[in-house]
Amino acid sequence: MPATKLSKAAQDHASRVFDLDVSSLRELNQALHNLTPGSNETAWEVLHPKGNHSVAVGVDQPVTIDVRGSVGYYCAGMNDGAAITVHGSAGPGVGENMMSGSIVIKGDASQYAGATGKGGLLVIEGNASSRCGISMKGIDIVVHGNIGHMSAFMAQSGNLVVLGDAGDALGDSIYEARLFVRGKVESLGADCIAKEMRPEHIELLQGLLDRAGVTGVKPSEFKRYGSARTLYNFNIDNADAY
Amino acid sequence: MTYKNPPTTPRKSATFDDYTLSEIRRAAATGIYDIRGAGAKRKLPHFDDLLFLGASISRYPLEGYRERCDTSVVLGSRYAKKPIELKIPITVAGMSFGSLSGPAKEALGRGATLSGTSTTTGDGGMTEEERGHSKQLVYQYLPSRYGMNPRDLRRADAIEVVVGQGAKPGGGGMLLGQKISDRVAEMRTLPKGIDQRSASRHPDWTGPDDLEIKILELREITDWEKPIYVKVGGARPYYDTALAVKAGADVVVVDGMQGGTAATQEVFIENVGQPTLACIRPAVQALQDLGMHRKVQLIVSGGIRNGADVAKALALGVDAVSIGTAALVALGDNDPRWEAEYNALGTTAGAYDDWHEGRDPAGITTQDPELMKRVDPIAAGRRLANYLKVMTLEAQTIARACGKNSLHNLEPEDLVALTIEAAAMAGVPLAGTNWIPGKNGF
Repeated sequence: MPATKLSKAAQDHASRVFDLDVSSLRELNQALHNLTPGSNETAWEVLHPKGNHSVAVGVDQPVTIDVRGSVGYYCAGMNDGAAITVHGSAGPGVGENMMSGSIVIKGDASQYAGATGKGGLLVIEGNASSRCGISMKGIDIVVHGNIGHMSAFMAQSGNLVVLGDAGDALGDSIYEARLFVRGKVESLGADCIAKEMRPEHIELLQGLLDRAGVTGVKPSEFKRYGSARTLYNFNIDNADAY
Repeated sequence: MTYKNPPTTPRKSATFDDYTLSEIRRAAATGIYDIRGAGAKRKLPHFDDLLFLGASISRYPLEGYRERCDTSVVLGSRYAKKPIELKIPITVAGMSFGSLSGPAKEALGRGATLSGTSTTTGDGGMTEEERGHSKQLVYQYLPSRYGMNPRDLRRADAIEVVVGQGAKPGGGGMLLGQKISDRVAEMRTLPKGIDQRSASRHPDWTGPDDLEIKILELREITDWEKPIYVKVGGARPYYDTALAVKAGADVVVVDGMQGGTAATQEVFIENVGQPTLACIRPAVQALQDLGMHRKVQLIVSGGIRNGADVAKALALGVDAVSIGTAALVALGDNDPRWEAEYNALGTTAGAYDDWHEGRDPAGITTQDPELMKRVDPIAAGRRLANYLKVMTLEAQTIARACGKNSLHNLEPEDLVALTIEAAAMAGVPLAGTNWIPGKNGF
């Protein structure tokens, strides 16, 4: 395995370093999938991702993976337990269908960030594009910046926290997911309404901010949005809402 | 005595027929469209409109029951490290747990396994019943992603990316609240009792270029082991097949408008999409034009009922067919033994198509604990296996009569069409002529 440009962090953990200028994506993902419980290869570093798609997908062991650069589509897809940090920006579908673990994007994220995620924590330190958290099913997503239109479309469960603004049609056709937005919401989608921030929501939000490493921001600065639950069972009198 | 003018016989309109009138009255009374399963019910050009020529002086037959006629097929040989090998070219199509009961899913797995073929999950995730009883299980990757997880992805034998269904190309789905039991709700991460909408397009990709990247992700997650199918409704079979191949599919599944297990609006089922027969030749042509025929396998579904249908589909260039409605009937759906209960629901055995409502007297399309007891998964699985065996024997009988030692050696040259429409769609001559409509400038 080529071990070039070994970082300090990597050396400290006797980590494995994958340079995608030298090794293939296939070799990287296969090595990650070959990990077994209790492996001492707990720290991984990926160099020169250069917008590759599907970097570190399907990892199911509790290892740390630092990706040094920007990635293409579906980075960390279906992550199940790993702590993955992208030291750059991420293309569409980052962390799609995550089961558990964490993903941190130091830059911005493109469309569909955290789509259909079942669990774990996705933190985007920059902005996220449209459809952030689409069809989310239990994942927690914290975006330091703004999110684009149609975010949390058909969001089923989990929490989406936005420190900045949200675009048009936030939470369209939302089910039981909770949305917390600190800035302006351009518009709400069908069946999505502003809701009261009760003490349990303040507590929940504080926990999410803590887990995402957000400081200097109070839960009381956010508004909560969720489902009005008027479209839960089909009713012809609601046809105009569809 | 007064002379009475002879009356004319009362005449009903062909345009405003009894069904149409009843539908207008129903719509006027309820203000909502009719939703049902069972696929297109209107008469369509179908396999019945084709005939095999059989052997003659220039073609000699094989001996029935003696000379071998191979039925096996390998699916996924293009990229997958572990292609699927089936003993028969008839698979069981995707039908969801949620839509179907647990015992029904188990029965499908048992029947398919006894027959050496595969069955398929559906829009509700993978259940232990079907994984445990299906030797070869295709795991559907659907827009809703209900129950989707990497563990099940890895324990599947193939992955089917569902773009569309024949009953509703371009349509999503709805599982009504009354079918949402605790178990279904948990698998789909939604509250019990609410209608569950299945999206009509995938949440994280659009278009053929994205699909290529999505397929790459699925291959990377599963270490390039699993065959990846792409399933499309019968919309634009030539281009959809070509684009699926371009996106990297191992197998393309084309589902015609008779594909029936998806519940949606009657108006959608009967007016959107193309008949199965019309989809086959364009899909085969796309593969041939790309030099990928028999390299990327083609599965066709929608209205396959017997061995003749299987043989005709294969003769037109298909590698395997898939059955849904017919499999449910083999399990016991629409059985006249439940006639009194069908009558109580305002229908009759053979016409029951409100599979989405969860009140199926046969216990198949329901989550009602009492109704689902009516399906004995072992006996129902056996019936499916018997039925698959009969279909296979029928197809072999025809193939031998055409002189073929493999079902896959059947070819368009073995066929003629009874109607101009079928001749044009299938690209075979009208019976008694050498005319293929649309070919050679005519």
